Amino acid sequence: MPRETTPESCRIQARFAALREQGRAGLVTYMMAGDPDPASAQAILDGLPTAGADIIELGMPFSDPMADGPTIQVAAQRALKQGQTLKGTLEMLSRFREKDTETPVVLMGYYNPIHSHGVERFAADAAAAGADGAIIVDLPPEEAPELTGPFNAHGLHLIMLTAPTTDAARLPAVLAHAGGFLYYVSITGITGTRSADEAQVAEAVERLRRQTDLPIAVGFGIRTPEQAAATARAADAVVVGSALVDRIAKGDDPLGFVAALAEGVRAARR
Amino acid sequence: MTKALNTYRAGADECGHFGIFGGRYVAETLMPLILEVERAYEAVTTDPAFRTELNGYLKHYVGRPSPLYFARRMTEHLGGAKIYFKREDLNHTGAHKVNSCMGQILLARRMGKSRIIAETGAGQHGVATATVCALFGLKCVIYMGQVDIERQAPNVFRMKLLGAEVKPVTSGSATLKDAMNDALRDWVANVDDTYYLIGTVAGPHPYPSMVRDFQCVIGEETREQILEQEGRLPDSLVACIGGGSNAMGLFHPFLDEPDVRIVGVEAAGDGVETGRHAASMTGGRPGVLHGNRMYLLQTDDGQVTEAHSISAGLDYPGVGPEHCWLKDTGRVEYVPITDAEALEAFQTVTRLEGIIPALESAHAVAQAIKMAPTLPKDHIMVVNMSGRGDKDVATVAKALGTDMGEVL
Repeated sequence: MPRETTPESCRIQARFAALREQGRAGLVTYMMAGDPDPASAQAILDGLPTAGADIIELGMPFSDPMADGPTIQVAAQRALKQGQTLKGTLEMLSRFREKDTETPVVLMGYYNPIHSHGVERFAADAAAAGADGAIIVDLPPEEAPELTGPFNAHGLHLIMLTAPTTDAARLPAVLAHAGGFLYYVSITGITGTRSADEAQVAEAVERLRRQTDLPIAVGFGIRTPEQAAATARAADAVVVGSALVDRIAKGDDPLGFVAALAEGVRAARR
Repeated sequence: MTKALNTYRAGADECGHFGIFGGRYVAETLMPLILEVERAYEAVTTDPAFRTELNGYLKHYVGRPSPLYFARRMTEHLGGAKIYFKREDLNHTGAHKVNSCMGQILLARRMGKSRIIAETGAGQHGVATATVCALFGLKCVIYMGQVDIERQAPNVFRMKLLGAEVKPVTSGSATLKDAMNDALRDWVANVDDTYYLIGTVAGPHPYPSMVRDFQCVIGEETREQILEQEGRLPDSLVACIGGGSNAMGLFHPFLDEPDVRIVGVEAAGDGVETGRHAASMTGGRPGVLHGNRMYLLQTDDGQVTEAHSISAGLDYPGVGPEHCWLKDTGRVEYVPITDAEALEAFQTVTRLEGIIPALESAHAVAQAIKMAPTLPKDHIMVVNMSGRGDKDVATVAKALGTDMGEVL
């Protein structure tokens, strides 16, 4: 069962409420913890809210990221080579929370490092570090029950993914576990590759809206401020991952890129 | 050991779990596809026409039944148990892999899929997959780690001759686990026309159960053949474990025979104590990779570590979930065999029996060499000769310090 919280106690709900009031979609940015090195990653994370990120996805590097394209694969390898650990990622988040107590942060990654840490211990440690939830790419609703108890106990949202392949019969099972917001994977494919058709995304979002009151974020394949703006007209939030990770890898003004994305999202009329 | 169960053959449950192992840990995009495979597989298991078609190909194309051969000179040499080899090396394409490929390709055809993808380590599964794709005229893409491509060049060329596209995998450690990652990435991007033909008893449900069922022909034949030749069941079974499909195929039909001792052999590489090994059950702990929970080689932080074995087919950091469960229940013993022991066994069986085994199978032979002398002469042992060793000749030459250019 999804956790019940009051808006005051939940950064994600408060943020979407504020966005509704502003009449615009939110910008969700993804970055890999520890990439390209721990200090630079911390500086980028700390600068994201000011640059215009409304919600942050903080990637937990994994050796075998099966749903990710080359950009995020090599980002994970860079981070791991720099000695990034799950503990290190949570410490990074704690330091962020010393400065920012309002921007929602969702941890994103694969199940094995969480499984290895211990699900109960992960929920406790992530909540203590200031996480608002987690997206676990390889944990479909069929396997989600093993997390929902500890997540509920520690006030963490399990952010569920839906895909173009998720049909009407399957969607209720996904929604039964979904908390925070619903993440619509707009393409059949891995991260950072092709982009979705705008009209198809809008149609999919409308279909999801008929089934859930959760805010809907759309991601995969959104690379430019223009694409972000287009998606922002349909969705409650727009997720940009690989394109930002590319900028981080090249040291090419990632926060400036976030500002441009934010401008695109803010300019989009709803 | 826990209390004996009424049956060890009932798994997986409807969610694909064998005890705590197995399951379906895949991205949401793939879940509907996996459920589709499950439904299609369930439909064919109750369809006698499917069984008839499969049996026809197994008999006339693969060459089944494979012989159960009494290894007289090995038996005399070791001076203990009577050793039989189940000759999966005599199958078309040279290993047990084709049993499951034949079953899965017929399934993929029924599902209307036109494109087949697979991962391969040593190249045996890739060759078997490319073979059945050629047989039915289906497009075939094989993912293979760059490191494995370099050490298994003859199999790469065989796959290409068979019309397959071999895609080199350079991500991660560029070996079998990374090839499986890339195959999964391909599947996520090609959801409509593509069937993922997994080579072992691992991956998301229903693959572990389905591949096991297709490989059970090994154990079912063995049972019939040993009854015919010896008038009774064997006392022990020995097989090597990478993902574990040849072993599961031999073991499963005997799991509920309490008097049959069952031994699975893991690749210990340089030795489990060195950390350079592929013995997931001896040296790993439960984890989640490639769609299932299994014993997994990993760091304290849950990062998957590279496996090491002289045998590319055993060079995988995990092991099928049903094996993990059989280990925990105590029904099957799992033991490690090092590269050096396997190499020694490779030479022994080649000289004594005129059979060049795959390096994978040589691990099972090495365990037989350890066990047989300690057992009485009326003890009947069946060793699975899961594949032939032609593909490994260059690797063995290198390991023995022989320069192939100077052999003549």
